[in-house]
Formats: sequence, C-alpha cells, structure tokens
Amino acid sequence: MSGIREVKGMTGDEAVANAAKLVNPDVVAAYPITPQTIIVERYSDFVNNGEVDTSFISVESEHSAMSACVGASLTGARVFTATASAGLALMYEILYVASGMRCPIVLAVANRAFSAPINIHGECTDQLVCRDASWVSLFGESAQEAYDETILSFKIAEHPDVMLPAMFGIEGFIVTHALERVETLSKQQVEDFLPESRSLKYRFNPDDKMTFGSLVLQDYYMEIKRQQEEAIQRAYQVTKDVMAEFSEMSGRKMEVIEEYKLEDAEYAFVSYGATAGNAKAVVDRLREKGEKVGALKIRLYRPFPSLDIHEALSGIKAVSILDRSATFGSPGTIVQTDLASALYGKENVPSLHGYINGLGGRVLTLPEIEEIFEKTKDYHDIGMTTTTDWVGYRK
Amino acid sequence: MTIQLPKVSVKDLQDWSKLGEVLTSGHRLCAGCGAGIMARQVTLAAKALGDPFMLVNATGCLEVATTIYPYTAWDAPWLHNAFENAAATASGAIEAMKAMQRKGIMREREVNMIVFAGDGGTYDIGLQSLSGAIERGHDFLYVCYSNGAYMNTGIQRSGGTPQGAATTTSPPGTEIPGKIEWQKPLAEIMAAHDIPTFTASPAYPRDLMAKVQAGLKHDGPAFMLVDSSCNLGHRYAPDQSIEISKLAVKTCFFPLFHTYKDEWILTGISARLAKNPEKKLPIEDFLKPQGRFRHLFKPEWKKKMIEIQDEIDEKWQRLVRKASLH
Repeated sequence: MSGIREVKGMTGDEAVANAAKLVNPDVVAAYPITPQTIIVERYSDFVNNGEVDTSFISVESEHSAMSACVGASLTGARVFTATASAGLALMYEILYVASGMRCPIVLAVANRAFSAPINIHGECTDQLVCRDASWVSLFGESAQEAYDETILSFKIAEHPDVMLPAMFGIEGFIVTHALERVETLSKQQVEDFLPESRSLKYRFNPDDKMTFGSLVLQDYYMEIKRQQEEAIQRAYQVTKDVMAEFSEMSGRKMEVIEEYKLEDAEYAFVSYGATAGNAKAVVDRLREKGEKVGALKIRLYRPFPSLDIHEALSGIKAVSILDRSATFGSPGTIVQTDLASALYGKENVPSLHGYINGLGGRVLTLPEIEEIFEKTKDYHDIGMTTTTDWVGYRK
Repeated sequence: MTIQLPKVSVKDLQDWSKLGEVLTSGHRLCAGCGAGIMARQVTLAAKALGDPFMLVNATGCLEVATTIYPYTAWDAPWLHNAFENAAATASGAIEAMKAMQRKGIMREREVNMIVFAGDGGTYDIGLQSLSGAIERGHDFLYVCYSNGAYMNTGIQRSGGTPQGAATTTSPPGTEIPGKIEWQKPLAEIMAAHDIPTFTASPAYPRDLMAKVQAGLKHDGPAFMLVDSSCNLGHRYAPDQSIEISKLAVKTCFFPLFHTYKDEWILTGISARLAKNPEKKLPIEDFLKPQGRFRHLFKPEWKKKMIEIQDEIDEKWQRLVRKASLH
C-alpha cells in the first residue's frame, strides 16, 4: 500500500470507465446497451478530451464489437469492451473465437436479464451461460470491486500462462447505476501494476508472414482445445497471485472467494455479485438471534475455485445458494450445479439448496433471505441433501 | 471526384510476376477456381506498390482451402476471424496499429489492409459489418469475390446469385426455374457510402490490378466487386473459367466500371461496348456454357430467357447513362 487513498463517489459503470482510463487500453470497441451505456459514454469523454490514447471504435453491433476486439487483440493491442444481456448474446459466437485464438480481451458485463419479455434490469444469467467459452469470469459486488476487477482482469488475461480473455460482471442498475464510495488508484500505481510495454511477437503485424485463424480439422482441433483447458486451469493460480499482488498494491483484500463469518458456521449462504451484500447483512441479523451462519461470495466463477469453496464450506451442514439467474429444466440453479459438481464425493460437504431469485431486477429483500435460511434448515432437518426452489414471485 | 487508375502494362505484369506469389502453390482450391486467380492478382498488385500489406479473410472457400492446419498457402500476414465480420475484424487491426504507433509500441509506417470475402460473406451475412466499417472510415480495400452462391457449403443461393441460376436451395423445379430474384445491387450499395467502388474480373488482369492499386492508394475505405467463376458451382469444365468470365463482361452481365461520388466510369471491354453497342453479345452466350442455367434453355422457360435479357439490357442502359453524364 503506497500513498494516500483517494475516495470518490462513483456509480459502478463510472468506476469501470475510470479504472479503464487508468489502464489506457489501445482499443475500445463497443456498442451501447443499457445498463452498460455509462461505461462507453464516460470513456468517450476521456477519448474526446484527450485524457487517453485509445482508439475508440464505435461499432454498429456487439457482434462487430467483439470481432474488432479480436482483430485488435491479435495485433498485440490491449483491448477493452463492455456489454450486457442481448449484446453479450450477440457476441457469443465471437467469444469462442476470442478464447480459441488466445486474445486477452477484457469485457465488462453489466449483468442484465435476457429477453423475452424484454427487461433492462439486473440478472446474471447473461454472464453465467458463457461459462463454457473459456473466458476467465469474475463477479463484483460493488462499484469498488468493479473498479478493482477492471484493472486486475487485464493482468490475469495477459499473463503468459493464461492468454485468455476475461469478463467481469456487475449487476445492472443495482451496481451499475448506484452511487458508491470508491477508493481510487493513481495512474502510477496502475502503470507499475500493468506496464504498457509488451512484445508483438507472434502477433498479426506487417513484418511477420503468419497465418491466424486456420481451418483445423480432426487431426489437430482437440489438441488446441486441450491447450485452452490447460490455460484456464493455470488461470486459477494466476488469478490468486494477481489478486494477492493487487491487494498489496491497493490495500484492499481481494481473493477468489470471500468468506464472511464462516469459521464456526453451521449454515451458509453462497452467492455472487450484489446479492452477497444482502447475504452478509442477513448473516449479521441471524447471528444476533444466535444462529451460527456465515456467507461465501464467489468472486472468480471460471475457472471455478472448487478447492477454496470445499475448504470454506467443509463441516457446514447446509448451504443456501442465492442465484440471481434463470435456468430451465436443469437439475439445480446454475451455481448450485457447479457446487454439486465441485463437492460431490468429498468429505464433510453440506447439503445444497438452490434458490432462483431476483430475475429481471426483482428485489430480494432481507426478510426473504431470512425465510430462505429457515427453509434450508427445514430441508436439512428432514434429511434432504439437495433442493431447488424459485423464490420471490407471485404464484 | 475522380479516381485515377494507374496504367498497368503487359511489361508491368511480366515484372510483377517475378515478385513472388503471395498465394503460393499447394493450396486446395479447385482447379480452375476464379477465387485463386483473383487473389493472386490482387495480392501481386498490392505487393507491386511496395508498402507492406496485411490480409483479413472471411470464412469461405478462399479461407478454408488455403489454410488447412498446420499448413498455409499465404506468404503474407493473414487473419481469419469468422464469416460475417471480416470488415469489423479489419477495423480492429487497423485501429490497434494506429494506437500502438501513437504510443510508440509499433513502428510508424504505411500499411495496406486488404479484406477478402465471398458473396455470402458480403451480400448477405457480412453486409452490416461492412457498411459499419465503411461509415467509420477505416482505411482498407474490401474485395468481394462473388461466385454467385454459397459454394463452400455446397452451392446454396445467396443475395448474389443471378436470376434463373440453379443452386441446391433454388433448384430448377417444374414450377420455379431456379432463383427467382435478381442479385442485390452490391456495387451500387457500396458506392452509395461515397467510397471508391470498383468492379473487376480476373479475365482482365491489367484492369483488375490497376483498380486494386487505386483502391489501396485511396485514403479511406474502398470496395471492389470481383466476378469469380466457379466451375463446380456453375457447372462447366475447369479450363473454361477465364472464357466464361470474359463472356460475363462481353454480354454486360458483369460490366467493368469504377465510381466515386456519382462519377461513373466504364473501363476496358465495357467502355468499348458502350461506344459500340452492336458488339454486345446476347446473354445466351454467357448462360449456355454453364450447367447452372441449362434448364432455362427448355422450351417452357423461353419467356424467362427473354425476361433475363431484358433485365440485363435495362441495367446496362442505366449504367451507360450514368457513365455518359461525365
């Protein structure tokens, strides 16, 4: 921790834009979509006022945004973009090209519900369903985390052991548009953390007659995909190291998961993003009533930190998974199925109770979370090891 | 606004042929493929200019047949992203290099960017990406080689398929004789973006290469539509490719011209045909050697043949009228 912390009031989107400004990427290619628009609007201000050296490509769709990002990244440029919901879905095809061609693009997602019915509010389904695209995937709880994850995502993605794109999400309106206290970093701190100099070796450039994006058939395709898997597995340790370095630099503790009052807990909430704040508030209320309960926040979603989660939840009786995402016909909520896979057959694992909530920006109140806690306890008491419910809707 | 075409002599062609092929031997395009001939001419014309150049290629025949991993037929920096986004991909690469040059990460110099895409990747799925990139003004030459169908996936109709042509999704049936619609007026659509727009044919290499050089010298986006014959999809013998490409021009099915900001200039054979209309060949001469039009020669489709000729004549007259205004 160096220097005096400067504090500013920023919305989540503004925090992302201001952090990106310190990174000063070579290219930002983006398309407006609510609730991400403030990011590209603020960034356009920085470009047009000469505060950054970035080439801002105001593309005609998110598909072209990600396509231009791939073109730019392959030349060796540092590249940033932002989107949400339908925009992320439109990028989906090229998400796989970006990771398959090992482009360390950073993407901010203002998590928003999918159409139909059309809705502009917070929900994390958009990002969660990109889980198999070989992108490093992070969630942020607050404007502060949005700020910090913007910067450290570049360092994870560009790490020579990784060279994969990274996305981080903050929930639409709940975080993107809420004004919060943000401790900022100096330009020098970010430059020291993320130096601008880089090698253009093995990149698309006028001097090297190299072919990028070949047709790869049955004889080599699987080996290339396997290399991606090994890279994202390495991203687990790289993320831990980068977060440790970032914590040291910023004075703010940043880890792949966040544990809250779990040491002696018998029950726990598992969540990600903004819901984690409410879960912690409910933990405090329940603790006052004498309940032994804690909360676990998943910050790194891909690669999934199975070991850390197992360690943190080991010995806990039952877990309530607060999942602000929709999945249909699935054996559990999206994160519940991840947890089930991560914990199956291991020692001292809790029963897993998934709760689909908060779709399309529906508020999940603290009393509702307390009800969820009671429900989980009841399920556990009658010996149910896994359940899935929708909560907070009119029947 | 006039675009000056450089003079390309036979001597130039002889000299340039010694520069070394950019699309080298060993690729797996079909024998007689117009795309391979077109790509060699375009890249040699770029190489002759002397500045370094880079290639972005949309998914399609030219892409799949030249880069089967772990081999490549390209002796140039070459990048493929996906089908519908070649123009957006080039935008990213161009702006990235500009930014890195501004920051001193990359050495400053002139680099020519060429984009190759077929008719499927341009008339249809890539049109939005191309129009957006042109509106933003990135400096590239976009070359659409149109063989008039999705040849790479097995000859399905595209927005660039000529009326009456048989494809696997516009088959010659008993009720409908092949494709019903006329092609999208792609060159006119691109010209409406106020950018230099060229048409060219690999049957006339000096005309094509002069236009490539003019397009690359222009500061900002330029577009070129190349008529690219496909013996497999058009159904004729591989040694007839260039002959059929010539007939496309001589029948005014594919006129050669360039245009920029409402100035329309016919070039080569097309300029001569405008002056000597009696030399214009009937469309039958172009249709007859190609199996994709065979059904049109049945007596029951005689009316269709007349309609096609009328349409060709009308389009040609409109073009001549536009060109004669200058």
